[in-house]
Amino acid sequence: MAEKLLMKGNEAIAEAAIRSGCRFFFGYPITPQTEISEYMAKNMPKVNGLCLQAESEVAAINMVLGASAAGARVLTSSSSPGVSLKSEGISYLVGSDLPCVIVNVQRGGPGLGGIQPAQSDYNQATKGLGHGDQHIIVLAPASVQEMATLTGEAFDLADIYRTPVMLLADGALGQMMEPVDFEEKPHREIPPKDWACTGHGGKRKPNIINSLYIEPNDLERTVVERYKRYALIEEKEVKYEEFLTDDAEIVVVAYGITARIVKTAVKAARAKGIKAGLFRPITLYPFPSKQLDAIADREHVKAFLSVEMNMGQMVNDIKVAINCKKHVSHFGRTGGVIPTPDEILENIEKVGGAN
Amino acid sequence: MEQFLQNRIIIIAGHYGSGKTNIAVNLAVALAKAGKKVCVTDLDIVNPYFRSADNAPELNALGVRTIVPEFANSNVDLPTLPKEYYSIFSTDEYSIVDVGGDADGATVLAVDCDKYEQCGYSMYYVYNCYRPMTKDPNDAYLLLKHIEAKSRLSFCGIINNSNIGAETTAKAVRASLPFAEQVSRLSGLPIVATTALKSLAVEGAFPIENKTKQLF
Repeated sequence: MAEKLLMKGNEAIAEAAIRSGCRFFFGYPITPQTEISEYMAKNMPKVNGLCLQAESEVAAINMVLGASAAGARVLTSSSSPGVSLKSEGISYLVGSDLPCVIVNVQRGGPGLGGIQPAQSDYNQATKGLGHGDQHIIVLAPASVQEMATLTGEAFDLADIYRTPVMLLADGALGQMMEPVDFEEKPHREIPPKDWACTGHGGKRKPNIINSLYIEPNDLERTVVERYKRYALIEEKEVKYEEFLTDDAEIVVVAYGITARIVKTAVKAARAKGIKAGLFRPITLYPFPSKQLDAIADREHVKAFLSVEMNMGQMVNDIKVAINCKKHVSHFGRTGGVIPTPDEILENIEKVGGAN
Repeated sequence: MEQFLQNRIIIIAGHYGSGKTNIAVNLAVALAKAGKKVCVTDLDIVNPYFRSADNAPELNALGVRTIVPEFANSNVDLPTLPKEYYSIFSTDEYSIVDVGGDADGATVLAVDCDKYEQCGYSMYYVYNCYRPMTKDPNDAYLLLKHIEAKSRLSFCGIINNSNIGAETTAKAVRASLPFAEQVSRLSGLPIVATTALKSLAVEGAFPIENKTKQLF
């Protein structure tokens, strides 16, 4: 059979998870991510894995906690309202230093919102996914191929840093079809899971997985230790892509499906003689702050334009990253409306004219 | 195109993501340009994304009547049938029915199987060997039988729509033939067409265009 397959983004995530050694999937159906559950239901039994439709998102995330505590690679997926339900469990996973991969195929919000694509969970994913001092790694794929590649990477990052990792996609990426190549991902050294509760057989002290600490000093120590790991993540795991930024005067910052649309707009701007470029964060946490700051230092850079399918959630992260040394503005559509290349071009021109 | 004109009602069914909607829209355009009266029904009540309702403006401009669920492309995810649906059993148009994916998508046909039998219909199985769940012809054949069981209707032929999206080459189309032929052998159904993008200029192929909604 040919090497490449034609897949929906949702299917690519599911297949990549199975190929990454994930043998447990717990989820609850919600549009537009249900193909992940469907694919897992059909294919997990073929590899002696388990796909279980939980009674709710809350149950599913706690099943994830159990499987992860036993050392398994485990996946759960949902869409915006369902992810909110999972947030308590995600905080417990962080507090227990448990690795897992959580997929959010975003749809319009707030509330029940809608079923069309959105990126309005950026703040939730990067800042508010669970109570307590915490981060989780957030990866933002922009193609069906990246849905697959970054799923594999997410499992590795989760195991290396003992943390939940979120794949932040959207309804368009989940539903659209593109060729996928499940090529070998670069090998990463995965530490042994000697902390997992797998049965001590009377030969060692029992491992304990827990997020409750009786002594404040003990809790503080675990949080501070975790923040040392976050510092390492911020130093080593930043991923981004640049497109025509070398001589750009207007740098458009966009991630996920929006970055694909921006690319078309940037090409159109170049055709009109406007020096535009695209900076695409692939990791939303850790945010590529240093890289953006270095771009802001270039004399020819006049302004940044943040484009998202929301009301402007990333724009402040850019301002902080570059310490407001250049003008930063936002253009977005929300509620399930996808911006067109023409609309983005118009805003690039507007920013160009204003500066 | 003549091979598709055996019956007035043409049902396009198959695996989800096999390209049913694109086939339905291309066929409608081809028939309309040949001067036929054409109607396209978007009967996908399974998946609310990427559907023939997206192509309604283009089709309407060619004089094609489109029947789409009332809530298509809105935020309402309701499995309701469009109210004009039943008109296809009493008009003189070529009525193309674009069904939802898999057996789940084809189940909606069963309630009206007697009407389809009375009017006469041709139901085609769209096959893409580059889709992971049907790359094995045995799996594709099992799905074909499953769709027949759920829809209570029978296929009369296979449309080999094997493609890898934007990376499809003439070679990839040719490489799909043995897989489609195997599905044909297993099912006893003829391959009525192998499709390929016009730009690929594959000899003997049914030329189509990519009518899927483009985001960028």
